[in-house]
Amino acid sequence: MIAIDGVSLTLQGTPILHDVSATLPKGELIALIGPNGAGKSSLLSLVARLIPLQSGRITVDGLPVDRTPGRRLARTLTIMRQDTGLAARLTVRELVGFGRFPHSRGRLTDEDRRHIAAALAEFDLTELAGRTLDALSGGQRQRAFVAMAFCQGTDYLLLDEPLNNLDMMYGRQMMRILRHLVDRQGRTVVIVLHDINYAAAYADRIVAMKDGRIIASGPPDAVLTTDGLEAMYGYRMPVHRIGDRLFIPHHD
Amino acid sequence: MTAIASAIASAVGGRRAALWAAVVFVLLCAASLSVGVAGLSDGAPLELLLVSRLPRTAAAILVGAGLAIAGLVMQILARNRFVDASIAGTEQSAALGILLATAVWPAASVAGKMAVAAAAALAGTALFLVLVRRLPPTEPFLMPLFGIVYGGVIAAGVTFVAWQMDLLQLLETWLNGDLSGILRGRYELLWGVGVMVVLVWWLADALTIASLGRDTGTGLGLDYERMMQVGLVIVSVLAALTVVVVGMVPFVGLIVPNIVSRLRGDNLRGALPWVAAGGAGLTLACDVLGRLLRYPYEVPLGTVLGVVGAAAFLWLVRGGRARG
Ligand SMILES: Nc1ncnc2c1ncn2[C@@H]1O[C@H](COP(=O)(O)OP(=O)(O)O)[C@@H](O)[C@H]1O
Ligand SMILES: [Mg+2]
Repeated sequence: MIAIDGVSLTLQGTPILHDVSATLPKGELIALIGPNGAGKSSLLSLVARLIPLQSGRITVDGLPVDRTPGRRLARTLTIMRQDTGLAARLTVRELVGFGRFPHSRGRLTDEDRRHIAAALAEFDLTELAGRTLDALSGGQRQRAFVAMAFCQGTDYLLLDEPLNNLDMMYGRQMMRILRHLVDRQGRTVVIVLHDINYAAAYADRIVAMKDGRIIASGPPDAVLTTDGLEAMYGYRMPVHRIGDRLFIPHHD
Repeated sequence: MTAIASAIASAVGGRRAALWAAVVFVLLCAASLSVGVAGLSDGAPLELLLVSRLPRTAAAILVGAGLAIAGLVMQILARNRFVDASIAGTEQSAALGILLATAVWPAASVAGKMAVAAAAALAGTALFLVLVRRLPPTEPFLMPLFGIVYGGVIAAGVTFVAWQMDLLQLLETWLNGDLSGILRGRYELLWGVGVMVVLVWWLADALTIASLGRDTGTGLGLDYERMMQVGLVIVSVLAALTVVVVGMVPFVGLIVPNIVSRLRGDNLRGALPWVAAGGAGLTLACDVLGRLLRYPYEVPLGTVLGVVGAAAFLWLVRGGRARG
């Protein structure tokens, strides 16, 4: 369980998050939605201790993120942000392999190699394993970074817009892999999504943010309503139900 | 251009490349041992080898390997491929430290001066890293430009202090690296470079992860701030060792890591031996060249590398553009 309690954040004098509290249960796929600038990335960064906590408390499986040693936390929680820094000439296999760093500190064991091979296969990267990151398309690189997070083998995965740059086929494949992680392996996935139809189709729970606050939280049926979506995005869109699926044509 | 680069890259694949590199390296060492004013055939050849040629060759290898590694670490600290210890003001700050130590504390041992130089290098580099944070990351070439100005200002300060203290005649020995004064008993401090290289080898995976950026590194459980501090100490000690023993040597740390990145990739576990060997080879070659150019006179190592390095830098910048 990720417990967020009374968290506020101010960056350079600008208030970003206002007294945010939420409980994200273990073993669910949780979609974080909301307009640009709502504070989704900031909240994920706080949970992943990429930004120091200023006020309030955040625990992951009972570990306080501001007081747990980084290496210990890295075996419980991972965050995916697409940021290659300087090392553009790493191969996909090397990058994915660094996901094992919290476990093996660079000395790969046979078990590590199994994890790496499984991650490459899962994300359809085996063919690209020898390519360097600077020779990949945006979508391929995105998959490599998610595969690294997957390879880290943590119970909690935080993914900030992992569908960026992915075509329909790989977007769907990514969501199915994540769904599979939750259903078969009991992992917890918190994912920032822009397409509310993906959130409707795959998420167990939706957390909606706006202006640095959580304005709604619950199962898709409860959060994705015409009124609720208007409060978030500022215009009305129809919410259709086809079978047991919600379908929201938001673009006309 | 790209075709040539990829041809080279495929030619240097794996073991064969290591073998060729070893052959070139041995030839360079042999050249360094045999080239000089005094012939090995007259007088006492063994004595000449042990007192002068071997120490000079060892010094070139250690300085080159150390500066190349320092450049690599500096690039990770600055998050920019186009800086090294001579561009970020590290070597200039070390020279300032030695000068102040010499002026204030003339009786200091070489090790004492080296400690002051390392402290000054650390302060100068830390200030550089703070100042460049304001530069936009979308303009990578602003950082070396700023660094050249920054290093120039410190070097001007060194000259001014030297002039005030009436030490101008010593200035050249620090500002322009030269191996001609290396004799047995005058270079042994440089073995400290070996210690630093071993430390960097031990940290190779953590450094690669640090080069992926603060967020990814932290996510993988790396103590990013600590890593940056350790890196700063490594760069400063390497630069101080070099400047104290042979004087400032430019460009090695810039050129070698960039070429190795293109040929061997950015996984430091695999690339580090190439960076160290490349730096040693380049420095040895430039030193031998300096001994031959105006034989029997010598051109200082710093001058040769200044010319060779500037040309290579321009080539790298062009190549960097072409590859996007
Ligand atoms: N370092 C920063 N300094 C000041 N404001 C920031 C900083 N980072 C983000 N913000 C602001 O915080 C708000 C929330 O940003 P973010 O968490 O990235 O939103 P989202 O991911 O939901 O689009 C935005 O208005 C953004 O401009
Ligand atoms: Mg965001």
